[in-house]
Amino acid sequence: MNVLDFARAFFSDGAHWHGYDGIPTRFTEHLTFSVEALLIAAAIGLPVGLLTGHYGRGGNVLALIATAGRALPSFGLLVLMFIWSGFGTLPVMIPLVVLAVPPILVTTYEAIRSVDPSPVDAARGMGMPETRVLFQVEVPVALPLVLSGLRTAAIQIVSTATIAAYVSLGGLGRYIIDGLYQKNYDKVVGGATLVAGLALATLVVFWALSRLTVSPGVRRSG
Amino acid sequence: MIRIDSVTKRYPDGTVAVDRLSLEIPDRAITVLVGPSGCGKTTTLRMINRMVEPSEGSILLDGTDIRQQPVNTLRRSMGYVIQNAGLFQHRTILDNIATVPRLLGTPKKEARARAAELMERVGLDSALAKRYPYQLSGGQQQRVGVARALAADPPVLLMDEPFSAVDPVVRKGLQDELLRIQDELGKTIVFVTHDIDEAIKLGTMVAVLRTGGRLAQFAPPADLLSAPADAFVEDFLGADRGIRRLSFFPSADLELQTAPIVGVDADADKLAARADAPYLLVTDLDGRPLGWGEPDRLTAGSVEREHLLDFGRPFVPGDDSLRTALDGAVLSPTGWAVAVDGDGRAVGVVSQQVIGEAIRAAHRRVARNTEVNAAR
Repeated sequence: MNVLDFARAFFSDGAHWHGYDGIPTRFTEHLTFSVEALLIAAAIGLPVGLLTGHYGRGGNVLALIATAGRALPSFGLLVLMFIWSGFGTLPVMIPLVVLAVPPILVTTYEAIRSVDPSPVDAARGMGMPETRVLFQVEVPVALPLVLSGLRTAAIQIVSTATIAAYVSLGGLGRYIIDGLYQKNYDKVVGGATLVAGLALATLVVFWALSRLTVSPGVRRSG
Repeated sequence: MIRIDSVTKRYPDGTVAVDRLSLEIPDRAITVLVGPSGCGKTTTLRMINRMVEPSEGSILLDGTDIRQQPVNTLRRSMGYVIQNAGLFQHRTILDNIATVPRLLGTPKKEARARAAELMERVGLDSALAKRYPYQLSGGQQQRVGVARALAADPPVLLMDEPFSAVDPVVRKGLQDELLRIQDELGKTIVFVTHDIDEAIKLGTMVAVLRTGGRLAQFAPPADLLSAPADAFVEDFLGADRGIRRLSFFPSADLELQTAPIVGVDADADKLAARADAPYLLVTDLDGRPLGWGEPDRLTAGSVEREHLLDFGRPFVPGDDSLRTALDGAVLSPTGWAVAVDGDGRAVGVVSQQVIGEAIRAAHRRVARNTEVNAAR
């Protein structure tokens, strides 16, 4: 049997399409963790990135945080959090957020820093208040890069959320971990396919988001 | 009136960008700040809209210290144009121009209508309204920059090297356009440049600053050329300031001769009647100059154009200055300049000697005026 046969066997089994261990349930669980983790990470990373980028301070500290964040093994963190705080959403959320904050934070900072200074100078000289300078001049131009940071974070979250199953939480990782344990390779391949599919869907969502929100003037010149 | 009162800008590292500068910037005129890099001209300009705060001294706008009003209110009452235009690339041309009216709370529709008017005023095709900045040439972008600064109809316009980044041909077009707009609108313009020719062309008053931010001379451009205050200003003005000064002498009073002008169809009698002139200006049937010919080598009835001598560049009496007239005279091997009307038809010719006499007369006139002013 090859991988395709495993996948076919998994998806054609009617039992996998309903119930608490059914694909819709697991998919929704996975999506919920991922979206929550991304929102929390964005709520931390975006404001800090925007402010440090706008005022041009704290670049070194950010680089340090980013390196440290990337060096942390998410699996190790998950186990540590699990031992520390037991079952629940918290031990899963913390590693996911820790993983997602650096790309959002650093890319947002860099995106704002790299905005051409002359329109910013013109905006101030015309009497635009600082908040408007940030949100109406810098952010629209930095948006493609900011979105790319969010996209990287989202993909990482979607793939890493698989390990949530390790601490007995649901999600698509359930299939992979249970399948490995039960030596049921249909399940392993099926779960992996679903995770990969979700990651691809994430890419499509971000592509659509950037088509919708980025001005044609920025898309073409940048 | 903007009054810069003994203003100094010292940076924390001890650098002095502007040193006890005092200037009275006249209303409804173009005042140019010019000087080499590091002379503090941009810093001075940026202190007027408080992009830079002076360390000492004060700046008064119509008698009131500019620090009396909120900084953004002050800035919205002054148009601001910078090098490379600094357009917002995510906004259309129309919305770029509408920025300040929108900041002031003008409804979107009204602000856009105003922006469309301004596009026309600065010579931009209305088809560009929905375009984005990257779709425009450098010169067009700079026009948008000027339109954006004018959108809220501010009494004051601050321009920081606005035309430095475009090529010379486009720059000349933008300069002419600015002078035309200024004729119509009569703004109080403060214009920064490092190009002395631009300063002389645009300025009603020119302030020459020297490195270290001190004022070297503040005078109308003609006075700058005729009487530079010191060696620095003279050096900065560069070569041939005598010739350049002729730009300020009108050509209207030049005494033109019409006798040496003959049509290309002139008959033998006509040619014989003018045989004592060293050269004759041959014109086509419409009266447009073709070139100079020696009387004894011209054939009656038809002229071989290849035997004619170059007539240089003609000038329009009244519109052009003595500089253009003299240029035409020295360009032609005959030493005569050709005067034409607005349609390019020859209206007379004038020799270098006559132009020379006109220059001496202009000098005497200036000297007399200076004496009269001094006596007052």
